[in-house]
Amino acid sequence: MRAATIIFRREMGTYLKSIVGRITGSLALLLMGVAFQVFGAKTQLSGEMLSQFFWGSSGVIIGVAIILSVRLVSEERQTGSILLLNTSPVREAEIILGKFFAALAFLAIILAVSVYIPLLIKSEGKITGSQIFVGYLGLFLLGSAVLAIGVFASTLAKQQIVAAVVGAAIVVLLLLLYQLSRKLDPPMKDILAELDLWWIHFQGGFMKGVFNLKDAVYYVAVTYFFLLLSVKTLEMKRWQ
Amino acid sequence: MIQVSKLSKYYGGKRALGPVSFEIDDGETVGFLGLNGAGKTTALRILACDLRPSAGAVNVGGIDALGDPHEVRKRIGFLPENPPLYPEMTVTAFLEFAADLRRVAKVDRKKLVNEAIDVTDLGEVAEDPIGNLSHGFRQRVGLAQAIVHKPALVILDEPTRGLDPKQIVEMRKLIHGLKDRHTVLISSHILAEVSQTCDRLLILGQGRILGAGTEAELAAHEGNVNLVSVTVRVPPSSGEPYRDGEADAKKTIASVLTRIDGITEVGEPQSRGDGWAVSLTSAKDLRAEISRAVVQAGLDLLKLDYARSELENTFLRLVDTGAPRAEA
Repeated sequence: MRAATIIFRREMGTYLKSIVGRITGSLALLLMGVAFQVFGAKTQLSGEMLSQFFWGSSGVIIGVAIILSVRLVSEERQTGSILLLNTSPVREAEIILGKFFAALAFLAIILAVSVYIPLLIKSEGKITGSQIFVGYLGLFLLGSAVLAIGVFASTLAKQQIVAAVVGAAIVVLLLLLYQLSRKLDPPMKDILAELDLWWIHFQGGFMKGVFNLKDAVYYVAVTYFFLLLSVKTLEMKRWQ
Repeated sequence: MIQVSKLSKYYGGKRALGPVSFEIDDGETVGFLGLNGAGKTTALRILACDLRPSAGAVNVGGIDALGDPHEVRKRIGFLPENPPLYPEMTVTAFLEFAADLRRVAKVDRKKLVNEAIDVTDLGEVAEDPIGNLSHGFRQRVGLAQAIVHKPALVILDEPTRGLDPKQIVEMRKLIHGLKDRHTVLISSHILAEVSQTCDRLLILGQGRILGAGTEAELAAHEGNVNLVSVTVRVPPSSGEPYRDGEADAKKTIASVLTRIDGITEVGEPQSRGDGWAVSLTSAKDLRAEISRAVVQAGLDLLKLDYARSELENTFLRLVDTGAPRAEA
């Protein structure tokens, strides 16, 4: 996994030094601040205010995760730099993991910088540190799952815009599963509801400061599934 | 170093390469010569373990490339037509990254990167972002990443593409410098390039090997034809009459040249400044006989040279004929 570390470092350097990385990070923080102002200000209850902040921030994180991830492989293919990786002794899993964890680390930095917002609520209201932690864990896991979806979309398309559309389409589909499940009968109703990306696992748990292991497992499973698909897709395209 | 057996590549139902078979020894510099679309890049990308062949076997340094491409990749350096670069990285950072990817030990990395920078003469831009460099410098960075880990085999696909004449000369010098340390494969459709840099040539056409060997071997095997261009002037005082302007001048020149033994074809004289240029074809080198005949006929000899190099003749004849060779 040495190559994964090497690729991780390069990608992190790109996020931190490039104008796109800086703009994306700044925009994410701005929108999270706006989410706090718009959604959090609707209520006087600090617990509710925190939930509303997480509600708005989850949308921001989904968008940012798509932006951060769709370029990861498609840009390399578009510019031809993928040939350096393809002709080096690097495994497909190392390429995918190096890139994914760099995007995840950058997302974690954005989340870490935004912590001042819930700390402001905590200083004036009655919320606990664990509520903040669980909410942030939820944002992190949700972001991880969307990043993995974006990486997968990025392995499919050469054009970043196409990858973004494909990634967004998969995310929207997973966000609609809960609504779709309400029109069905069990057991399909329960299965689709559990596969939903946001309603059950984020809104029903993390957003309210409630930690359920099954929600965490769900996001880890989605992340793993789409990373696995990414590796397999890259394998097929690399040595075809 | 490389053994290729019945290698072919199809895209859908369309054949891009093969079947081709050839061998390349350690330390050789071999040129893949062919027109655009001849299959050169496909062949090189297969050897670089970027493309999987549809059929056939490839062995690099004793390793089956199809069975263990990962191991083969450790032994090669590849410069594609468009160098794979990251514009936001500095030259040094990029070469360190490339060295790391190729499993260079940390203790050797700095030394090898500095060596690659020295060999490719990148010292003055070593700390510049690649995105700020000229095309010539980027091509050199591409070459540096291909050799930074000292691979046994260096594969260069059209290394002088898009370079200006000065940069081409510099790139050729760099490639010459690689010959002692690596086995080198170069693809090009520029004859002078492979002629000047390679020990041996593989001529590809329509995905097949049409000829293989040194330049001299190819010329000898194909029974080369000499194509000479001669430029003469017909002075009014020449022994041959010069009465009716251009028509008479052309007749005079043609009659002098067709009398030379061994000339198989005399082209139509074309006006060139104050003289006439004529193409002559012969089975052997008749430049001395031509110059004597022209002077003895009282014509002024302004210029006499090969219209095409031997390699050019061989290449064009092979490509025109298009008949594949079984072994290379």
